[in-house]
Amino acid sequence: MNNSVFFGALTVAGLAAGAAAAGTLDDVKARDQLNCGVSTGLVGFSAPNANGEWEGFDIAVCRAVAAAVLGDPNKVEYVPTTGKTRFTALASGEIDMLARNTTWTFSRDVDLKFEFAGVNYYDGQGFMIPKELGVSSAKELDFATVCIQTGTTTELNLADFFRANNITYEPVPIETNAEARQQYLANACDVYTTDASGLAATRATFDDPGNHVILPEIISKEPLGPLVRHGDNEWGDVVRWTLNALVGAEELGITSANLAEKAAGTENPEINRLLGTEGNLGEMLGLDADWAQNALSAGGNYGEIFAKNIGEDTPVGLARGLNAQWTDGGLLYAPPFR
Amino acid sequence: MSDISFVRTEMLPQKDPPASAVGVVGWMRANLFSGWFNSILTLVALYFVIQLLMGLFHWAWVPTWSAASLPECRDIFEQLGRTGHNAGACWGVIAERWPQLLFGFYPNGTEEGTVDQRWRPILAFVLLAVALAPILYSDRVSGKLIYFSGAYPFIMPWLLWGGTIWTPVAVALGFVVGFVVYKWLLKSTSELIALIVGVVSAVLWWMFAASLLSSGLASIMPLALEPVQSRAFGGFMLSITIGVVAIGLSLPIGIVLALGRQSDLLIVKTLCVCFIEFIRGVPLITLLFVASTLLNIFMPPGTNFDIIMRVFIMVTLFASAYMAEVIRGGLAALPTGQYEGADSLGLNYWQAQRLIIMPQALKISIPGIVSTFIGVFKDTTLVSVIGLFDPLNLTNAIRADADWNGLVWELYGFIAFLFFVFCFGMSRYSMYLERKLQTGHR
Repeated sequence: MNNSVFFGALTVAGLAAGAAAAGTLDDVKARDQLNCGVSTGLVGFSAPNANGEWEGFDIAVCRAVAAAVLGDPNKVEYVPTTGKTRFTALASGEIDMLARNTTWTFSRDVDLKFEFAGVNYYDGQGFMIPKELGVSSAKELDFATVCIQTGTTTELNLADFFRANNITYEPVPIETNAEARQQYLANACDVYTTDASGLAATRATFDDPGNHVILPEIISKEPLGPLVRHGDNEWGDVVRWTLNALVGAEELGITSANLAEKAAGTENPEINRLLGTEGNLGEMLGLDADWAQNALSAGGNYGEIFAKNIGEDTPVGLARGLNAQWTDGGLLYAPPFR
Repeated sequence: MSDISFVRTEMLPQKDPPASAVGVVGWMRANLFSGWFNSILTLVALYFVIQLLMGLFHWAWVPTWSAASLPECRDIFEQLGRTGHNAGACWGVIAERWPQLLFGFYPNGTEEGTVDQRWRPILAFVLLAVALAPILYSDRVSGKLIYFSGAYPFIMPWLLWGGTIWTPVAVALGFVVGFVVYKWLLKSTSELIALIVGVVSAVLWWMFAASLLSSGLASIMPLALEPVQSRAFGGFMLSITIGVVAIGLSLPIGIVLALGRQSDLLIVKTLCVCFIEFIRGVPLITLLFVASTLLNIFMPPGTNFDIIMRVFIMVTLFASAYMAEVIRGGLAALPTGQYEGADSLGLNYWQAQRLIIMPQALKISIPGIVSTFIGVFKDTTLVSVIGLFDPLNLTNAIRADADWNGLVWELYGFIAFLFFVFCFGMSRYSMYLERKLQTGHR
């Protein structure tokens, strides 16, 4: 019921947004500022530091787009959105793009009239369980009590998984990740399930992380990515290809350390086209020729952003896994810059 | 014979009561150990209270103020020989983040090319205390301060949001314009016409002349503070700002609504009843969602109606409806003789309200009014559902920092303490006010 009301409101939103679409790219340039919708706080993805500056993996996308369009990664107004307000904020034009760990699904793309610009993190739902229970597979979780956030896709995925495997469980509904952590540590539930990145971040905060395991089963696909309004393709292209530039740069070996050197011109024509020393890719996007250089100077290529915010040397400690380049067995595959 | 008496001739001096009936011992005998059953209850209760306090003290009294992250706190606990998830409080998070919990994202001078602006909200709230003094403690401070109280509603937005000083001046002039027109017309026409024309001229002034005047004066003499975006507001500063605006505006609006509800004029009465019942019939959270999402859709694209302004309006409307019912209770408690007495003195409606009805009705309603104030102040934390960073939402953002992920009690405890200070202060003040206004009718 909640959903149908929400979708109804969004339909209205979509109609209004359709009338509003008059070139987001021009609006951003005229405003000299990118309004970027972010989460109100998710470990590794978006969080304000003690000085109130936003940091994280999703924030890096905002910064790269701002740098590509305006030449300065700091020209971003971060608009914190909740799970309930994010889509209306985007549809009504309050924000230009949403970079808020949002799963790319059919209905969001088609029915809610949004345009996903790509995937910046391939996530999936997993399970965390104390080691002492001796469970090694999610299929052994018969009659387990499971802490689960209500009203999310994780709840539906869980029901599907248990039904498909013909096992029963008892849900313990919780509202936030912090609450789940407390309940789990107090043994109010045997298992905690949410996105694997969230599980890793939560486990890292435990007194005894070694005593808890994340089970190998990933029961859902959660491709997270930035999204823009449907129907403004110029702006969608800018966000999509900025993201592709970050991914492509890693494949091509462009890092923040050697960016200046490569920008001077190289033997590789694709690098030259990407960095604007050859061809006119920037002009086609309606941006400066050095748009990709600016985007890369904001925080480096995809691999550097990953390592800095959620990589194995950070407290979140995520392995690249699915988020490795296609050449390394992952899913990241930037189309050619030609 | 005569110097012998068998009966005392003079009164004995009064003796002190026995030591077991006065002082601490007496009080304890009377209140804690008045029988074997009560003694047992006292001892059992004492045991639990002491256990609780000791546990709390053991948890809270740890040298973690300078820790820079949760793992560092864990190291300190390890050195103390403590283990477990709740081995002790990690106060480093408060030490690092208390400015953020108080001021949110208000410019603190760390960004390049900016200066610390946090003196502005501090000054605004100090001046708030000054502005409130003549209202709250009218018997102790000079009456002339009331002029400052009148100016304060224009000073506060200027301090908090910045910009040129001429904008609040131009807005204030609108009230002057309206009042002058009203007074001038009052000589020649009826009161109602004068009132309507006065209001219309003030509105016209705000719509057309005010912005011209302020921009004109600003170009001659800027006198501007660095503008601060509403998005930068957060923490307790946001809660107090919303609370003060809602409390300050809801009382007058509530009085008007309460009078309107008792009015004999059908349209006025219907409007007031509909408004009050509608607002009381929907939860505040719904109104906030309307403010944050629906208004965006209804307004023409490109209009930028400040989110905090929308929240102000919604919270104020919400508080006003409750205030109106509280004051209506006060009005209903007044005997009809008071109304008739006012009529028999020949006072007109407003004079009667101002001199006879309202002072008594408001006095009766003080506990209810203050309860509503406290409720509104605490309700300001609901703005977290629309993504504004009130203190509670900030805890979520602070936990999103990998250094502090997993900390709950320290943050919520700190916030609860600050809320308690404000709400308890308001409640104490209302009791003081009741005693002061006590005229012995009960």
